[in-house]
Amino acid sequence: MTEIIDILSSAGLWAAVLRIATPLIFGTLGALLCERAGVLNLGIEGIMTFGAMIGWLAVFNGADLWTGILVAAISGGVFGLLHALFTVTLGLSQHVSGLGVTLFASSFSYYIFRLLVPVAGTPPTVEAFQPIDIPGLSDIPFIGPAFFTQTPPTYLAIVLAFFLAYIVFKTPLGLAIRMTGENPHAAEAQGINPIVIRYGCVIVGSGLMAIGGAFLTLSAFNSFFPTMVQGRGWICIALVVFASWRPSHALLGALLFAFFDGFQFRLQTVLSGVVPYQVFLMIPYILSITALAVMARRARVPQALMQPFRRGER
Amino acid sequence: MRFERRENQPLLLIFATPLIAVIAALALSGVLIALAGAPVFEAYWNIVKGAFGSRLSTTETLTRAIPLMLTGLAAAIAFRAKLWNIGAEGQLYIGAITVSAVSSQLLAGTPSLIQIPVLLICGAIAGMILLLIPLWLRLRFSVDEVVTTLLLNFVAILFVSMLIDTVLKDPLAFGWPQSLPVEDDAMLPRILTRSRLHIGLFIAIALAIIIYLIQTRTVFGLQSRAAGLNPEAAVFAGVPLGRTLVLVAMISGGFAGLAGAVEVMGVQGYVTTELSPGFGYSGIVVAMLANLNPIGVILAALFIATMFVGADGMSRVMEIPTYIADVTVASSLLSMLVAIFFTQYRIRR
Repeated sequence: MTEIIDILSSAGLWAAVLRIATPLIFGTLGALLCERAGVLNLGIEGIMTFGAMIGWLAVFNGADLWTGILVAAISGGVFGLLHALFTVTLGLSQHVSGLGVTLFASSFSYYIFRLLVPVAGTPPTVEAFQPIDIPGLSDIPFIGPAFFTQTPPTYLAIVLAFFLAYIVFKTPLGLAIRMTGENPHAAEAQGINPIVIRYGCVIVGSGLMAIGGAFLTLSAFNSFFPTMVQGRGWICIALVVFASWRPSHALLGALLFAFFDGFQFRLQTVLSGVVPYQVFLMIPYILSITALAVMARRARVPQALMQPFRRGER
Repeated sequence: MRFERRENQPLLLIFATPLIAVIAALALSGVLIALAGAPVFEAYWNIVKGAFGSRLSTTETLTRAIPLMLTGLAAAIAFRAKLWNIGAEGQLYIGAITVSAVSSQLLAGTPSLIQIPVLLICGAIAGMILLLIPLWLRLRFSVDEVVTTLLLNFVAILFVSMLIDTVLKDPLAFGWPQSLPVEDDAMLPRILTRSRLHIGLFIAIALAIIIYLIQTRTVFGLQSRAAGLNPEAAVFAGVPLGRTLVLVAMISGGFAGLAGAVEVMGVQGYVTTELSPGFGYSGIVVAMLANLNPIGVILAALFIATMFVGADGMSRVMEIPTYIADVTVASSLLSMLVAIFFTQYRIRR
């Protein structure tokens, strides 16, 4: 018991929670934006992998860190364009198309990485984002080291959640997006072009996913290795349901999830030898499945999710 | 410009689509090979040689196609009923570890004639159970099975990793996390000597034919197709949707579990966490390239196996990463999607 209190009262845990949550926040917001407009984007896992690889590669080749993030975002947008082409223009199965994008984006990123980065015993590294202090706040005992010693992308992720919540619920654009996700034909009757909205959301959303991936190689770690995304994309898809398609809840969900993840990681060292470590590693995935089971019925699914929109066809 | 649904789908086009898709994927990969600064045709020639250049490589390609046929069937059966089983990878691992556990703990000393069929069934049942969980979540809580089956893949592999680290660990494996080997009597008979090609090939082909017959000749086949085409209409027409989906899930999960069992009993003899180089995920591509046709699965699995085994051989002589095979396979899925679309629609200005 004392060990658990020790873990909970260490600033390190809470700093780790924000760090673990960051890629999930970006990924969940990206997936949420796509789904709000009616497009399920299972390309997320591959897009995050590609973002992690290309962002890292850009920095490895001399670009600065923010350029790396930008390159990742653009690459994500390109894969988003591909997914939109398949699902919006052609109206293909969003499940299969998304899985195809994931398979393609991840194998493509491994191929490029193996081709351009020489095989070495230890993976090559880059100078990653450093934590920045926020004057005043970072000096508060416990609170400072726990919450205000993060790298810039983490602060960006949190701001982005509120920004997206504002866009989705308080602006005409957000209304257009939500209408497109609920009833694209009604949206069209209001002079909104559902196709443009869907393209825009999938491209921007995919860009956000790729930034989440790039955070892994440019802030959380400083190198790229295959399979490093480890199902985070799928967890984000589950978190969108958990958040009931609301950006602010997505932020909370990602933080809650990261809390359990950070906590189990520290519990491993306490319980090592008693419980096999694999049990702890399973927790995030089982937690996501449980969250889905609890929330799926309660969540307000965008009504036109996964339904292709074709003019004049119902 | 707009798309118009075709009145009838030309038969020739349906057979040509996988070919067109594969050619498009090979063309795209060709660009990537060229970007790597390598001669494209030589690379493809080396892939063909790597897959079929010798007796050994040919049998290796056929051996590699066996689990792909089974996971391909698993995906094809499920997708036809719009049951999105993306969990074949996890089901494969659970099937494999079940075989290792049952063979080493319960069936030691049993003759082959009993042990082999029992183990195959055990592996299949284990795969079934792993897919019935997400199906139950879908039917009971309306949870999308895509995400749950995907997440269960990670759980399943961690579970296997735990077992081969603890209770099922082989004490003679020099500390490597590797499961107890299955009994020698549990190994599937070889088709050819001096090769790893085993009778799993016949099992997979026979199952593909059986599934084809079930889908075209039985009420259940019709019901599972109806469940996929339009669930509401199917229910209205008296199709027992829940029961149909449970049966579909049992066959799909069972085949994926069987893929794991066959891979252990035919090739490896024991389980590690590297048992499958993504057979479960490649099975999805196999199913799509086959246009969900069970007989087509056999050919599609051969193509994918050719790419993987051939790319291994090619990368030994050329400076091109083996990942080119994964890129080709993934892009053949995407181009197949587009190709299928154009068998159903035509462009009108």
